[in-house]
Amino acid sequence: MSNQQKHWEKTRSLLFITLAIWFVFSIGIFLFGAEMNEVTGPFGYPWTYWFTCQGSLGAFVILIFWFANRQEKIDEEFGFSEREDE
Amino acid sequence: MKGNFIDNLPKVYGIYTGGFIGFIIIMAIAEQMGMTAKAIGIAFVAFTVFIYALIGWLSRTAQADAYYVAGRQVPTVFNGMATAADWMSGASFVAMAGGIYFKGYGYMALLVGWTGGYVLVASLLAPYLRKFGCYTVPDFIGTRYGGNLARFSAVVVLTVASFTYVTAQINATGTIASVALDIPFQYAVYVGLISILLCSMLGGMRGVTWTQVAQYIVLIIAYLLPVFWISNKMGAGFFPHFMLADEVARIGELEQQFGFVKNAAADLKSVPKGLAGITKAHSAVNATPWAFISLALAMMMGTASLPHVMMRYFTTPSVKAARKSVGWSLFFIFLLYSSAPMLATLSKLSLIDPNLPTGIIGKTFAEVEAIDWYQNWNQANLMFISDFNGNGTLELNEFFMGGKAVVLATPEIAGLPYVISGLVAAGGMAAAMSTADGLILAIANAISHDVYYKIIDPKAETAKRLLVARVLLVIIGFAGATIAAMEIQGILGSVIWAFDFAMSGLFFPLVLGVWWKRANRQGAIAGMLGGLIAGAWYLVWVRTGGSGFLGITQLTFGIFGSAVSLVLMVVVSLMTAEPDKATQKMVDDVRVPSGKTILGKSH
Repeated sequence: MSNQQKHWEKTRSLLFITLAIWFVFSIGIFLFGAEMNEVTGPFGYPWTYWFTCQGSLGAFVILIFWFANRQEKIDEEFGFSEREDE
Repeated sequence: MKGNFIDNLPKVYGIYTGGFIGFIIIMAIAEQMGMTAKAIGIAFVAFTVFIYALIGWLSRTAQADAYYVAGRQVPTVFNGMATAADWMSGASFVAMAGGIYFKGYGYMALLVGWTGGYVLVASLLAPYLRKFGCYTVPDFIGTRYGGNLARFSAVVVLTVASFTYVTAQINATGTIASVALDIPFQYAVYVGLISILLCSMLGGMRGVTWTQVAQYIVLIIAYLLPVFWISNKMGAGFFPHFMLADEVARIGELEQQFGFVKNAAADLKSVPKGLAGITKAHSAVNATPWAFISLALAMMMGTASLPHVMMRYFTTPSVKAARKSVGWSLFFIFLLYSSAPMLATLSKLSLIDPNLPTGIIGKTFAEVEAIDWYQNWNQANLMFISDFNGNGTLELNEFFMGGKAVVLATPEIAGLPYVISGLVAAGGMAAAMSTADGLILAIANAISHDVYYKIIDPKAETAKRLLVARVLLVIIGFAGATIAAMEIQGILGSVIWAFDFAMSGLFFPLVLGVWWKRANRQGAIAGMLGGLIAGAWYLVWVRTGGSGFLGITQLTFGIFGSAVSLVLMVVVSLMTAEPDKATQKMVDDVRVPSGKTILGKSH
């Protein structure tokens, strides 16, 4: 398998992991919205309410930065990262 | 100042922010010295619009690269701010807190959808389209799939989605300009339009980028300052985001105590159009999982398909910067979106809690009618009370308010000085202008670059291309303003439709263009046109009394459109020949961040 194919394979697995986490915070937890809202969560807000106001939104911000760093590592590993002057 | 403009950006915008805060302080002092509310409103809007126009003029350019993609040198964080301003429209700024105030949980699907979509942008599209080196979104479609028909189909989808969106934004600038400058809406729309064009016409994407950064700074100060101030003034907590749990619980208690009394249809007839009462619980789960998830999903896929957002990531210096920039964009959006539910909570509690001095529920009608702010907002057609049960006391179901009032009126209700209301008007104007600019530019660039230059006259010189682009900008702006002046739809409804149109026609052709090598021209054309037509058909069908299916409503019709698009694209691609070797090689190159862009620096 060529260098490029290996790079793409790793990139694709990173995508699947990223989308899986995305799915949990954007869709998964809201399947149980009613049940989860009965429980008190962070800062004393009901859990579901907190996720819609802050939790999921913040998780997305962190997820994107995490994804960007992981992808940079993959690019470096296979020598595909960009030079600064490009 | 030493060094070039890009190196000095933090300093330039630091001075700008300081200057703006200084302006707010001067206005506050002027208010104390007797400047009228009307003069303060005019000063805020006129001063900020003047600054944007100045930036637009300073960014003028005659180069295609600067006009279309701001010279591809916008640093990560600043591009994040510009994208956030591009993204957060008049609807986000003025209408969102109101939507949460009235509809609670079911509405907050939009918060999740309008942020979660950026994960898709970062992981599926933005870095690859940046590597591609295109000027516009149809540029990618046209080169990846080849052929004028594919390019043209992409322009059609882009225009339908963006135009639906832009009329709403011009409408919002008109609303704010008419309130702040005290002129009729029909004229105010054109005042708004001219302000918008001043930012974009001379400098194209470069002008829009630097005005959007300036607009972000204004809008975020204008949104956060009142939220923190009100929270502190009410004694609800000095950092509202972490400290409003008691207030949320108290609203739940009051809702139990008052109950949601259903009004008779005959009584509701007397309520002015556009105003609503509180009929849904504030923090309880009041929507089915599918209603919530389908709306969030439609907004997320729409986010990843809207061209005015995608093209912001064409302006970064590298692929790596494009990825990081998506993260910064969402961070800057998060600052406002996470504050909207807090503002809705503070606004609702201050109005309905009888224990607070501002609470009006439980007071007599004579008392409420004597309050200054009630008279003002009643006159502006944003508040209304009526004694349906004739007991002389205001009940929860007898109080009606417009969605915009939550953002516009809460500072006044909480007793903040008028300077804050002026600031909020400037913020709303900045939010609506920045989005309108991005959208008009997306449409004009697609038509000038993809239709005129790539299809009609590929030999045109740069000067002529940019002239065409600018003429189109003006024409599209005026067309948008003319439709906006007719006031056909509400702001929020048409914004949501724009997302549905974009995802119906563009989501899968864009994503599969990068992630599925086998996708070919025939499949993409079928996917774009089929998806758009299917989505539009569903919308018309539901609007004209159709029952719909699978719980897909007129707000989520993009789910149906994009499903049709996916099926058509896969089936037609597999039935026809696979893309040629050169195209497959191109897809391989797109997937690797290093090396030259696919399209040349100037094309």
